[in-house]
Amino acid sequence: MSAPYLELRGLGKSYDGRTRALDNVSLTAAKGEFITFLGPSGSGKTTTLMLVAGFESASEGDILIEGRSIGRVPPHKRGIGVVFQNYALFPHRAAAENVAFPLLMRKMPKAQAMAKAAEMLGLVGLERFGGRYPREMSGGQQQRVALARALVFDPALLLLDEPLGALDKNLREQMQIEIKAVQRRLGVTTIFVTHDQSEAMAMSDRIVVFDGGRIQQVGAPLDIYRYPSSSFVARFVGDSNILAARLTDPAGGQAEIAGIGTVRVPALPAARAGDAIELLLRPECLKPGSGLDNAARLTVDVIVHFGDSALVTGHAGGTPLRARLEGLAAQGISAGDTLPLSWATSSSHVIGRDAAG
Amino acid sequence: MDEAAGSPAVSRRIAPQRASLRPWLLLMPLLVFLAAFFLVPLAQVAMMSVTEPEFGFGHYASIATDGFYLRVLADTFATALLVATCCLVLGFPLAYAMAAASPNMAAAMMIVVTMSFWTSFLVRTYAWMVLLGRSGPIAALLDWIGLPHGELLFTRFSSTIAMTHILLPYMVVSLYAVLRKIEPSLLRSAASLGASPTSVLRHVVLPLAAPGVVNGLTLVFVLCLGFYVTPILLGSPREQMVAGVIGQQIEEFLNFGEASALAVVLLASTLIVLGLYHRRFGLDKLWG
Repeated sequence: MSAPYLELRGLGKSYDGRTRALDNVSLTAAKGEFITFLGPSGSGKTTTLMLVAGFESASEGDILIEGRSIGRVPPHKRGIGVVFQNYALFPHRAAAENVAFPLLMRKMPKAQAMAKAAEMLGLVGLERFGGRYPREMSGGQQQRVALARALVFDPALLLLDEPLGALDKNLREQMQIEIKAVQRRLGVTTIFVTHDQSEAMAMSDRIVVFDGGRIQQVGAPLDIYRYPSSSFVARFVGDSNILAARLTDPAGGQAEIAGIGTVRVPALPAARAGDAIELLLRPECLKPGSGLDNAARLTVDVIVHFGDSALVTGHAGGTPLRARLEGLAAQGISAGDTLPLSWATSSSHVIGRDAAG
Repeated sequence: MDEAAGSPAVSRRIAPQRASLRPWLLLMPLLVFLAAFFLVPLAQVAMMSVTEPEFGFGHYASIATDGFYLRVLADTFATALLVATCCLVLGFPLAYAMAAASPNMAAAMMIVVTMSFWTSFLVRTYAWMVLLGRSGPIAALLDWIGLPHGELLFTRFSSTIAMTHILLPYMVVSLYAVLRKIEPSLLRSAASLGASPTSVLRHVVLPLAAPGVVNGLTLVFVLCLGFYVTPILLGSPREQMVAGVIGQQIEEFLNFGEASALAVVLLASTLIVLGLYHRRFGLDKLWG
């Protein structure tokens, strides 16, 4: 087996020698992969990024690119492109000069560097903005200049530190698509840091979920969404119902939920009857009517219409439940109504247990 | 109807006028003080320079032609330039370290820097006399190492070093004000883009700190032009500065006319420097 393109090997970081900001972070990435570090603030995702960029040094562990350790290489010799949340464009240089900066630092002749910078600005759709200063550009334009500058020198790795945090919603979605397109076109291995789970879902080949300085789960976006390994991941990625249940027949896949009654769950041959489990039911898996495997009657407390969908919050027995219904199907529902809902057993997941099949 | 429509407009027009008088009333004590104790005496000095002992521009003519005065003026400008440069060279690393330090550390460093402000001017000047004297510690150290040295005290060297010491805080504060505003992410981003620490300094920090450098240089230069006590006590008698010569003209020769003319020339030079600064950068930025 050949060495992975990027490898984080047991990274740890402590600022005061006692509390650990980062603990045993290990990860490998293939060339060209788009990996997102997802987690709340203080979860260790940005610290990990800083270690990879070389702005801080790890207390333990090592970082390898193509099998070579870069743990002791100073940041300016790592050849890693970084895009910062506040863009970090040089205010005293025009856009094209910003983009040419890394080339000039690499001793490329000025004319050649400016030509390459112009080409790169074209790639991010700013061919006519080379002479503008950062203060004369919008947030989205500055963001693109920062991206062009981080990519123009063919970096070994592209790091993006919450780069879309300062943009408004529409622009953010547009930039997600553009960043992804440029990344795929250049085939650069990318680490993207965000606390926005929908951004992570939309952009990543794989998501790494961080919490408390540790990696909680690594996987493809849909795998993480459907089969979260902990209730933290289930709550952090997407909207969720997490129902406390008790297994009555593990091999046959039956459990008891207070207020709902007996439901079918994915079979857990290794578990024992009487075990407490957490059952994840995504709100959009609850369908109106009683046509699916399991049924519950929802008493509606609040309904919020979004047009394309509606979020219904209520309870079944004593168990709180959220359901996301299609906009048309939700028409006419109001608070106080009792709603028959049902879900397919295969759309539910027992948290912390391997997906059966 | 017309009156009814007109009166609010009139009262609205008057009201702000009445209100705008109040700040001026508050400023009156200061304005009276400045007029009585600064503008009037200054005008008197200007008068004296053309009336004492008789009316005419003879004093200015002699300043413009007399080799002694021209050399004093040249020495004054040269010294001020040298002191400003020394302050920049010494102050930049200090201000840079302060900007990079943690807030607590930066505050502590700022206290140390401004501490010399709290020590009396004269005490600091006499301290340099002790340090640089013929039997002082620095001479002793140089003797011990075996470095040949001439007289340390009463030279351009001794007055320059003391003035640099006294004016350094102005430079450090000017530089710190701009360096502190440089986003740390700019330095990180420059490093990630391949800039070595020296390149970061040259291509990012220095260009962004330029306004502070110009401010500090102007401030120190202008303040140094008028220095009196330090050059008198520590400087070479052969390389006097203008302020010292003015004092000498009054105290030793009772030549009020000549002294006044020199004072006017000094004031004019200072205003010219500040005027040049103002045309290029705007005077309101000088104090940060």
